[in-house]
Amino acid sequence: MSLTYVFKRLLGMLPLLLGVSLILFGVLHLAPGGPLDVYADNPSVTQEALEQMKRAFGLDQPIPVQYVKWVGAFVQGEWGFSIRTAQPVVEEVLARLPATLMLGGSAFVLALIIAVPLGVLSATRRYSGVDYLITLLSFLGISTPVFWLALMLQLLFSVQWRVLPSAGMQTIGDGSFLDVLRHMLLPTFILAFASVAGWSRYMRASMVEVLNQDYVRTARAKGVSNRRVTYAHAFRNALIPVVTVVALDFASIISGAVITETIFAWPGVGRLFIDSMNGRDYPVLMALLMVGSFALILSNLLADLAYSLIDPRIRYD
Amino acid sequence: MTDTLPTLSAGRRARREGFWPTLIRRFLKHKLAVTGLIMLTLLALLALFAPLLTPYTFDGQDLSIIGQPQPPSAAHWMGTDQLGRDAFTRVLYGARISLMVGLFSALLATSLGTLIGALSGYYRGWIDTTLMRLTDVVLCIPLLPLIILLSGILRPSVTLLICIIGGLSWMGTARLVRGQFLTLREREFVEASRALGGRDNRVMFRHILPNAIGPIIVSTTLSVGGAIMLESALSFLGLGVQPPTPTWGNLLNYASQWLTAAPWLALFPGLMILLTVLSVNFLGDGLRDAFDPRN
Repeated sequence: MSLTYVFKRLLGMLPLLLGVSLILFGVLHLAPGGPLDVYADNPSVTQEALEQMKRAFGLDQPIPVQYVKWVGAFVQGEWGFSIRTAQPVVEEVLARLPATLMLGGSAFVLALIIAVPLGVLSATRRYSGVDYLITLLSFLGISTPVFWLALMLQLLFSVQWRVLPSAGMQTIGDGSFLDVLRHMLLPTFILAFASVAGWSRYMRASMVEVLNQDYVRTARAKGVSNRRVTYAHAFRNALIPVVTVVALDFASIISGAVITETIFAWPGVGRLFIDSMNGRDYPVLMALLMVGSFALILSNLLADLAYSLIDPRIRYD
Repeated sequence: MTDTLPTLSAGRRARREGFWPTLIRRFLKHKLAVTGLIMLTLLALLALFAPLLTPYTFDGQDLSIIGQPQPPSAAHWMGTDQLGRDAFTRVLYGARISLMVGLFSALLATSLGTLIGALSGYYRGWIDTTLMRLTDVVLCIPLLPLIILLSGILRPSVTLLICIIGGLSWMGTARLVRGQFLTLREREFVEASRALGGRDNRVMFRHILPNAIGPIIVSTTLSVGGAIMLESALSFLGLGVQPPTPTWGNLLNYASQWLTAAPWLALFPGLMILLTVLSVNFLGDGLRDAFDPRN
């Protein structure tokens, strides 16, 4: 893998992002009314004042012109101001990002720690009772609405047993590590839950395929112990396709945070998104969706690069 | 030699099973899939005959118990909500909307995806490039937030909600169908059909498409589950179907405000979603195995 290739791929992100922005810009202009509707019912704002504001904000120009100007400003980091808080959008987003990354990151790690061993166990004991149990559980897992599971866990842990806080990131007046950790447990588990079932199925399929390979049989024939065959020979190769899926899913964990953060009142970008939705805060919504799409495209790229890094058979030029 | 040949082929024909009988036989062997199908049929019947199955109406209030949600009892199997409405009735009626949105969104997504995939794979060239770039771009936008944004802006009716969900989840099917078309269009029967003067339309949808029907049916089935999840997530956030029309999602939205006082309100709608999506996934899995020629 050469640097030229990485550069080429980075360049390839541009048309995608442009396409995404075109769609999002179009979607926002579907909205009935415009940004100045807040003033429409205000008797002290005259028609002339409205017209003047329209000109000042460039809203009197044709939509394609508005789009080009918007792209120009966005690229330079001028994302406008939030309608709800009048703060710069960039600051709003940056202020919320760490909480989401912390939650998403822990959920990602937790999901890996659960899913990979489950998949390996399922594959090495194929068609055993354990395998059927894990298969059944993963079917249950992909069929469970996470927001409902979140409610049920809140009910058990916060309402019935009162062992974990039901919402927020920290108790007021107590921001210690342990306190934040206690607040994180439920949302992290819920966020991880959504990925575990899919990943463990994928790990199982990949492991089964590798275990059927000739070189695994050769290793067995040489008298290599079962354990060593599984972990030294098969496991590492079985991980290769899983890495791609897992990398791709990182972005969807982040967008899944929209629901989880709302339920647990976690002060991250997901909750910012819902708050902005309720407040019709289009500049923030637009910025968040652009950031989300960027993350998705980037994780696509990282998945490809990681694939070629760990599997020398894959070559990109 | 000339005498034996017809007999041989006739004998073979008699023993050969048709496409659909084979499929049904293989499907019936998959116990979980059959269970899923039975469950879904049952759910559909419950939703269809909801007015006959419950003495209450979905927005009917029992004024004697208004103000305080009642736990499940003989008269109200799933309890009542704060407005004195029977929760069981609301879950039944909720099934109507949730199942309808799931089914029609999946059908819309499949039709769109099949059309786009077929055009791409059959014509190739600039049509393919354009459509596939469009697919790539739509896939780059996180689905759930985009759907949330659209429903926030448009305040959708049930029909519009179906269009939004279906209109944004065709990409997987499009790629799948395109792949199938790319391989199938090189086969002899396609050439034969073209040589006989078959128009593009006919070749695409009468000759190629039936050969790709297996994976399409499987992906439609699985996307019913996905659409039900999306609708309920959206309604749960208060952005999908609006009350008083009940759906499993907005029932959960309401229940979440009563979690401490009336936890039973949150239990049943969620179980219904779980049960439905589980059945759909079992069904899809069974169909996949049944259609897979390698089994």
